[in-house]
Amino acid sequence: MDVEVLSRLQFAGTIMFHYLFPPLTIGMGLVMVIIEGMWLKTGDVSWNHAARFWTRIFALNFALGIATGIVMEFEFGTNWAAYSRFVGDVFGSALAAEGIFAFFLESGFLAVLVFGWDRVGPKLHFFSTLMVFLGSCFSAIWIVVANSWQQTPAGYHVVDTEVNGVPGLRAEITDYWAMVFNPSSADRLIHTLIGAMILGGFFVCSISAYYLIRKRHELFARRCFTIGVVVAAIFSVASLISGHHQAQTVSRTQPAKLAAFEGHFKTGPGDLHLFGWPDAKTQQVKYGLAIPGMLSFLLYADSEEPVTGLDAFAPEDQPPVWLPFQSYHIMAGLGTFFILLSCVSLVLLRGGRIFRMRWLLWVFVFTVFGAFVANEAGWIAAETGRQPWVVYPSVQDGVSMPGLRTSEGLSESVRAEQVWWSIAMFGLIYTLLFGVWLYVLNDKIQHGPDEGASIARRTGSLREAAAALAGHSRSLLGSNHQREERR
Amino acid sequence: MLDHDTLAMIWFVLLGVLLIGYTILDGFDLGVGILHPIAKSDEQRRLMMNSIGPLWDGNEVWLVTFGGALFAAFPYAYATVFSAFYVAFMLLLFALIFRAVSLEFRSKTENPAWRRVWDFGFFASSFLAAFLFGVAGGNLMLGLPMSQNLTVHQTLLEQLSPYPLVIGALTVTLFTMHGAIFLYLKTEGDLQKQAEQWIWRAFGFFLVVYMLATMFTLIEVPRATHKFEEHPWLWIAPILNVLAIANIPRAMFRKQPAYAFASSCATIAALAFLFAAAIFPDLVPSTIDPAWSLTIYTARASAKTLDIMLLIALIGMPCVLTYTAVIYWVFRGKVKLERTSY
Repeated sequence: MDVEVLSRLQFAGTIMFHYLFPPLTIGMGLVMVIIEGMWLKTGDVSWNHAARFWTRIFALNFALGIATGIVMEFEFGTNWAAYSRFVGDVFGSALAAEGIFAFFLESGFLAVLVFGWDRVGPKLHFFSTLMVFLGSCFSAIWIVVANSWQQTPAGYHVVDTEVNGVPGLRAEITDYWAMVFNPSSADRLIHTLIGAMILGGFFVCSISAYYLIRKRHELFARRCFTIGVVVAAIFSVASLISGHHQAQTVSRTQPAKLAAFEGHFKTGPGDLHLFGWPDAKTQQVKYGLAIPGMLSFLLYADSEEPVTGLDAFAPEDQPPVWLPFQSYHIMAGLGTFFILLSCVSLVLLRGGRIFRMRWLLWVFVFTVFGAFVANEAGWIAAETGRQPWVVYPSVQDGVSMPGLRTSEGLSESVRAEQVWWSIAMFGLIYTLLFGVWLYVLNDKIQHGPDEGASIARRTGSLREAAAALAGHSRSLLGSNHQREERR
Repeated sequence: MLDHDTLAMIWFVLLGVLLIGYTILDGFDLGVGILHPIAKSDEQRRLMMNSIGPLWDGNEVWLVTFGGALFAAFPYAYATVFSAFYVAFMLLLFALIFRAVSLEFRSKTENPAWRRVWDFGFFASSFLAAFLFGVAGGNLMLGLPMSQNLTVHQTLLEQLSPYPLVIGALTVTLFTMHGAIFLYLKTEGDLQKQAEQWIWRAFGFFLVVYMLATMFTLIEVPRATHKFEEHPWLWIAPILNVLAIANIPRAMFRKQPAYAFASSCATIAALAFLFAAAIFPDLVPSTIDPAWSLTIYTARASAKTLDIMLLIALIGMPCVLTYTAVIYWVFRGKVKLERTSY
């Protein structure tokens, strides 16, 4: 295989592994803010135990997010030097802003979050949780802005450069805010954050459902499960709205990508495929089920309106179809499932009926995998659908700006065997990491949240012990009350 | 708006500040990692890991921000350097990943074999990272065989020539000493007594390598000495450097470890400054033809980007310094094992 294929494989592999963690920490951040807020509001110590439990798991995920994230920043330079020269002026500034505004905020306050329970007061601890959550959202903002600029570039021009008499091209910022708020930034950022919240919600549901099935930590599990379901339901519905809006944007800004998502080979009224097997050779979607005219209807509110097909683009400018089509449909299918599951569960939460439905709890235990897959699949669709461009060509103020093809972005000095070697090493290390992550995660889940008495005994503080006992009995009473009411 | 040359100069200085911030902060936690295996007991190892527990990932963010700022301010230098050091930087990445994971996972179970594996991982990755930073710095001092089109074809073995190896040894011994002083500040009792011994030994090793590196630099990098002829005020840096180094044993004799730590911080800052002064105005000197060297004027981003970035830095850096100060304040004092510890 040549350097291009290998470098793309390496980037895809490392970014997909990395992307398991950031959306999880963003989504969990929201849940933790809610839980710690409840603790501050009620003073009930079992909320505190819940917050501590999720913080431990959060820290584990966060560490992996950092460790795998540094790789990404290096890879732009190591494997994609020509790309870095072309985009550095624009992309680099977003990346540097991410470092200064987001990473310092996250990593600084994370220390307080994890190690600061006994060193700072509850209010400052809550503030730190909020800051870590905010920091993780900021980092999503900057990186998604940088990525969106490559998909729908704005606020820049491409200029000729000359270093050592060697001519070249590069993109330079002309209007910073137009670059930041390029045509797809807002849509894509919102959709990305929504995806993260859904994952956070289902992650919390998964572990809570497991406890409910095993009849362990039931008060904790009911509370967290409820929060998780509410978060998942709100954001699953939101993802449908944002996804619909985003598809309309893509049809305007990147019609080739939308055509690939839908396997829409020929310009004309567009059908909406529920599933299928697009075949680029025969220019058809095989074994598919489609709603005729639905794509046109969704985009233009008119089922006869023609949608630009792949045939409108020169063969060398067409994206691949099979992978964007399948990943897009997997994401959309899972999204629909999330809406159904979370909304039905919301109804079943009334009176706690859902806590007696073991099979449904089992569904929740495994749905978190679907949420991971949906987040990954969405990005696969977004990134393969924009090929062959790493930076889209565009028209700025009536002047057409050349794009940058992925194949033009490689490092000139890197050889295939070097990339092979590093892929093998990444494969090995990431497999190991993944195994260790699962092992420790399982260990923490099996250990579970602390119960009131045990925590007080360990710290040995009388006041905390008293508070813990009081809170504990209060919460026990509370759940007894609920039980009686239900009867 | 400032003119393009001034902006490039400002960004060169700001990158220097980020580099100094990174080497001072991550320097001590890499040093703690290098010292890790010679601790006497499991409790001591846990204390050592927890002395940097709340701090190390914040310290590493300085590196991430340095990388991002280099990408934005001097994209051509970023592209050339990162692809030129492909293998070395991949090794560095593996080391940084392993380090993060070793810290995070080592104390998760009681199993001694599990802990031994991660102990070794923590040591090896800290050592390798400290060493590779020195190797990369040494190679940049010598210059890279960069052709007219800004590409470098050089293998890892070629990059491991004697001079970079000595600079690698310099960073390893410097960070080890720095880490030992940090441990002395953060610990008490037996561990502190040991840390004191480690400081003396590390200081001895560092002094030998420092003198070797100084002589080697005078011979191998004549460009560096020319700078001192042109700008005599630069002599402040090596003089301060020597004074700071001499102050480390003095402060330790007087039982003033905070001064010793400040002195090792000053030593790191002075060495980073000397490195920057030696290559300036180049970012990547070319050994094939000095005229092809990437300077801060040829590698820079557009004036507009540098200007915006300066604004971002002016807003962001005070925040960063505030959080850093707050975190170090919250976690001040001697390290103790608590239930949230590693």
